[in-house]
This record gives sequence, structure tokens and C-alpha cells, in this order.
Amino acid sequence: MNKIGLIISREYFTRVKKKSFLLTTILVPLVLIAFYAIIIVIAIKGGSDKQSIAVVDKAGLFTDSSIAANNKNIQLTLINNETEASFINKYKERGYQAFLYIAHIDSGYVLHSQSSVSLTTTSAIEKIINKQIEAKRMQEQGIDPAKYKSIAADVSIDNTIDTKEGGKKSVAGVAYAVSFTCGMLIYMMMIVYGAQVMRGVMEEKTNRIAEVIISSVKPFQLMLGKIIGIGAVGLTQFAIWIILIFGLQMLTPLIFPDLFHQLNSVSQAGGKSSLIATSLQGLSSLPILKIAISFLFYFLAGYLTYASLFAAIGSVVSEDQQEAQQLMFPILMPIILGFVIMTKAINEPNSSLAVFGSLFPLTSPIVMMGRITYEVPAWQLALSAALLIGCFFLFTWLTGKIYRTGILMYGKKPSWKEMMKWAFKKS
Amino acid sequence: MMTLLEIKNLKKYYATQKAVDDISFSIEQGSIFGLLGPNGAGKTTLLRMITGIFYPDSGDIIFNGKKFDPLNDIKEIGYMPEERGLYKKMKIGEQALYLAQLKGLSKAEAEAKVKEWFIKFEMQSWWNKKVEDLSKGMSQKLQFVTTVLHHPKLIILDEPFSGLDPVNANLIKEEIFKLAKAGSTIIFSTHRMEQVEEICDHIILLNKGQKILDGTVNNVKQDFKENIYSIGAHILPENLMTHIFEVIKHQPDKLLIKLLYDTRPNDVLNFFIGQGISINSFNEVMPSLNDIFIKLVEGTDTARQFQKI
Repeated sequence: MNKIGLIISREYFTRVKKKSFLLTTILVPLVLIAFYAIIIVIAIKGGSDKQSIAVVDKAGLFTDSSIAANNKNIQLTLINNETEASFINKYKERGYQAFLYIAHIDSGYVLHSQSSVSLTTTSAIEKIINKQIEAKRMQEQGIDPAKYKSIAADVSIDNTIDTKEGGKKSVAGVAYAVSFTCGMLIYMMMIVYGAQVMRGVMEEKTNRIAEVIISSVKPFQLMLGKIIGIGAVGLTQFAIWIILIFGLQMLTPLIFPDLFHQLNSVSQAGGKSSLIATSLQGLSSLPILKIAISFLFYFLAGYLTYASLFAAIGSVVSEDQQEAQQLMFPILMPIILGFVIMTKAINEPNSSLAVFGSLFPLTSPIVMMGRITYEVPAWQLALSAALLIGCFFLFTWLTGKIYRTGILMYGKKPSWKEMMKWAFKKS
Repeated sequence: MMTLLEIKNLKKYYATQKAVDDISFSIEQGSIFGLLGPNGAGKTTLLRMITGIFYPDSGDIIFNGKKFDPLNDIKEIGYMPEERGLYKKMKIGEQALYLAQLKGLSKAEAEAKVKEWFIKFEMQSWWNKKVEDLSKGMSQKLQFVTTVLHHPKLIILDEPFSGLDPVNANLIKEEIFKLAKAGSTIIFSTHRMEQVEEICDHIILLNKGQKILDGTVNNVKQDFKENIYSIGAHILPENLMTHIFEVIKHQPDKLLIKLLYDTRPNDVLNFFIGQGISINSFNEVMPSLNDIFIKLVEGTDTARQFQKI
């Protein structure tokens, strides 16, 4: 009907025209890109500053030559003619962050420092020492290090999923990332936009504009118009993000032509195939269309289901933010539960918990995203969608009645019992 | 005169009280109708039923000769609630257009009407401002404009003058008279009795969900007058011994008296002439609506107790 259209367009345009909308919509992908850029830079340039650590070696584990070849982030220097007690006052002046005292080969390693040393540094030093001990022992036993290397094993497993179209390579890492991102986005958007619906309803109620509008349209039209309008804002935001992210990804090689080259050379230096190449290959092996359609469906249906609940809450509280928080809690619970099940479902997509979570309509929008990159039986998808749509209609019908009564009531917050009574009252 | 709105035995009960308990009245087209009553008397519930927000439990609302059909008839009604009802963050021009379109005006019609009213109220420069930047009086003006914009047959104003300075209050009062003259019917709900006396043709008084008074302002005053007269004279003696009236207030040059039994005004004049006192004024003092209101409502609990029904 025409009036719902008017309400939708007001809800949509007042939000989209706001400066803050443009700001968050454009800033979020920029922040994401900047975040990736920083990760890449760290990966290329290496992490923190080089640590300079002195070694007082009473056990004679290291020699000058063996100590020189080690970790790029840690510079070990062998100190002669000093004891633990004598060097403890000197290492700071000589420019060392810490010093390692070795009493025996088997035990008695102490790292002296003035502030606590990070776990990475400690484990890096441990690794160096272990390697040195192994080398020393191999020498004592008369084992050729080259021969040992040929004996030591280091395998990795490839998982192949057998489908009707034949076997295809599983790309667990990429699938994991895509699932998690989709689930996370739905989780965030449901809370963010649900809360916007609630705040919008509260605003209308406390401004008493609701009374004016309801003397022109039905309360249900006002509620539905608001929910649809805000949902459209969410979709717009997604659309802008997708365009921006793809646009920036296309532009990145033009702006930083040697970035990928550098990245590839770094990962090739590690002896593995290019990270980017694996990710791209992984992405193309995923059922992108199926994922996109499910994402859109579960976002919309999930949002609509919860938005009506948020609207009902907005309609029963007046002015008091705290009351709203209290009432919001029971609604946030299943959303958060859904998120938790989703993180489990990514690892075990066919566990009974994951299957239940992806069918149960209050958690399915999020949990199904955790399973979507894996093979989900068609009947489960269909059942999950049907349950979600049914739940949406049921909730909207019930909350519409709570909303209708609540929006014109001022004063005391109604109890859950009263709200239930409104919901099931015959109109 | 044609009847625009007729309310017949309207009832609306809540769980804890009878908000509107069997109320009937009718309103002539083009009249200004005062709906009076203390807080909690049931005015808002009654108005919400007339605006189609609530459905009555029983009784009939006849609007424009037909049974009231909220879906279609709300186009013909403009409702201005007591508390300001506007979107704070929305621009004033857009807001007026939006509310007008919700009432069923096309975009072009709405634009023309909004401009016309903004010029009339000297609000053109406000178009791009937000409501939160307006003073209370200014938003009250905007609210009034959005209420009458679509030229409704029935205009319901709940405390339209609260927060307005005398100049703006006068501006809106003039508009109310003009609208009534042009054929709109106005329901005016307030506690401010002096405004009612000035503006309304017909009033009803509600208390505890029931109608306790119904009539034109003049008739009501006639019904409640108490035969009180004020007499002005140059010098009045201290003691006036008479059984035809009782002195309520005694000032050196002015007297307020209440006639006793079936004394007529001429008897009083005769009495003074007989006493050789020269009178220079003699007026009947009519009760103010305020007095009537207080007299009728007093003694009943104004903020009513919640009762089980």
C-alpha cells in the first residue's frame, strides 16, 4: 500500500542521508583494507625490533660460530670471562635487553632481564637451544645431520570431498574464513540493525509522533514500514561494501604494483606455493552463488524475524534506556548462542549440534552460514528456510499486537505476562 | 445546521477502570466544541476512539452521516496531541510534507499546501531547519500546521496553546476561528477555562469517564448562576439590614450580594433607593466556567483511583 511505501522511504532516506551512514559505510572497508595492509606489511617486514641478548655459557654449549647462525629476530652474543653474578650488573650498560645464563646442558637455563620477556622471544630462544643441543648430541653419537634430515618426517594432508561431480579438493582454510565472515556479518547486522529498529520505535513513542502517525496509518503499517526501511539500509550498506571491497582489490595492484610480487616471493621463499594463489583457487572451488543466495536469504529472514521482536521491545519501554537493555537481553541470548554454535559448526559442520542450530529458526541464520561452505543436504536447507519463514510470520503477527498496544501506553513498563496477554489477545 | 459527529453510548473499559463510560453527544458542523475534564477523566481515550486509534468496546460513532470507518475517514481528521509529536532530527519542510502525504495528499498537493501555510505563519525560513533547533512555541506552530494542512473536516486540538506566547497564541486562535468559519469542525480539549469561554460554542465536561455537563457556554452559565450581583455606589453604609439579600463582599464603594429566596433585581434597586443610596452600577455576576468546573469536579478524586470492574 502507498502509505507503507511512504514510511519505508522516510525510514530509508533519513538514515541513508545522514553523514554518519556514509562515514561508517565507507570507513569500515577502509579500516578493513588498512588492517590487511598492516598484516601484509608485518608479514613482509617481520615483527618487532631485533632483540639483542647476551649468553654467559658455563656449560660450553655454544661456540662463537654456532651462536652466530640463528633466528633473524634475536641476536645472541657469546660473552667470555664473565660469571652470572658478575655480569648481572653489566648487561644493561653494554646494550643487551637480557642475558641468558647456562649452568648445565640438561638444566639450569636462566634468562635475566629487567622487564619480563615476551613468550615469543622465550620460545624462540628455547628453539635455538634445543637445536643446538640436538646438533651437539648428533655429533656425539656420530650421526650425520644430513642423514637425520632425510629420516625426519613432515607431511601434510589434503582432503578430497567425493561428490557426484567427482572428487574436489577441500580448501578448509578458505571455507573456514568465508563461513566465519558470513556468520559474523549476519550476527553483527542482526544486532546493529535490530537495535536501530528498537531505537527508532522508542524515538517515535517518546516524541509522541506515534500518536500522530497512527491517526493516519495502522500501527502494523508503521511497524512494518520501519522494519523494511531499516532492512533496506542494511542491504544498501552491504552493496556499497561489496562494490568498495572489490573496487579496492582491483585497484591495489595498480597502486602498489610490487605488493603481490613481494608477497609471492616471501611465501615462495618459505617453500610453499603462493598464499594468494591458494586463496584464489580455494575461493573459486567454493559454491559462490549458493553462498551468496543463502547469505542474502538468511540475512533478510533473520533480520526480519528479530526486527519485529526488537520493535515490540521498543514499543513497550518509555524513555528509559536501562529498561530497554533489560528487555533486550532475552533476545540477544539466542543470537549470541547462534554465534557460538556457528564457531563450532565451522569445525564440525555435520555434528548434531550444528544440524540442530541450523534448523532452529532463532539460531539458523547464523549457524547455517557456518555450514554453508560445506555440503549441506538439500532437505536441511529447505527445512531450515521453511522454519525460519514460518517463525518470521508468527513473530510479526504476535509482536504486531504487542506493538499496537505498547506504542500508546505510557508510564510503567508492562510485565512479560501482560505482554503475552497483548500478543495473544484477539483483535 | 448539519451534525458532523455523533457519539452514541460509547464505552471503553480497561482492566482497571472505566475510561469512557457510556458517553453520548453530538457536534454541529462548523462549531468549536470544548471537551473539558480533569486529568484522567477519559478525554484522551475518547479522542483516540474518534481518531480511529482505539476501537470502542461498544457504542457508535457516526461521522458525516455514516458509521465511522477509521480506514477512510481518518483522511478527514486532523489530530494534534497534547505532547509535541514530531521527529526531532527531521527537517521541518520534509516533515510537514511527509505527514501531509500520510494523510493522503499527493506530493504536489502537499508541497503547495505546506508552502501556503508556511507563508501564512511566516515559517518559510525554517524549511531546512531541524525540529530540535526550534523553541517549544515554534514546534507548536509547526505541529498546528501539520494538523490542519490537509484541510480536514474535523480538527482535534489537545491543548493547542500550551507553551505559546500571547502573540502566537492569538495567531493560532485567529486561524481556528477562520477554519471554523470555512466549515471545519473543531474539538478543543483543554483545562484552560478562560480560553474555552472565549473560543467554544458548545462544551461537555467529563469526569471519571462520564459526561457530567453538556451545553452551550451561555446555557451552562445560566444553569449555574447563583443570583449574584455586584453593586457600585459612591458611599455604602457599613450595615445593611435586610432579608432580601446577603452580602458576600463589602468594599467602601462596591458590594457583592446574593439574592435570597425569590427576590428580583428590581427589589434590590428599590431597597437602595429607599435607603437614599445612589447607585451607579448594577450587574449580574455570571459564574466563570472555571468555578463551574471546580464545583462539579471537586469532592470527586480528580486523579482517579484504579477500581476493579
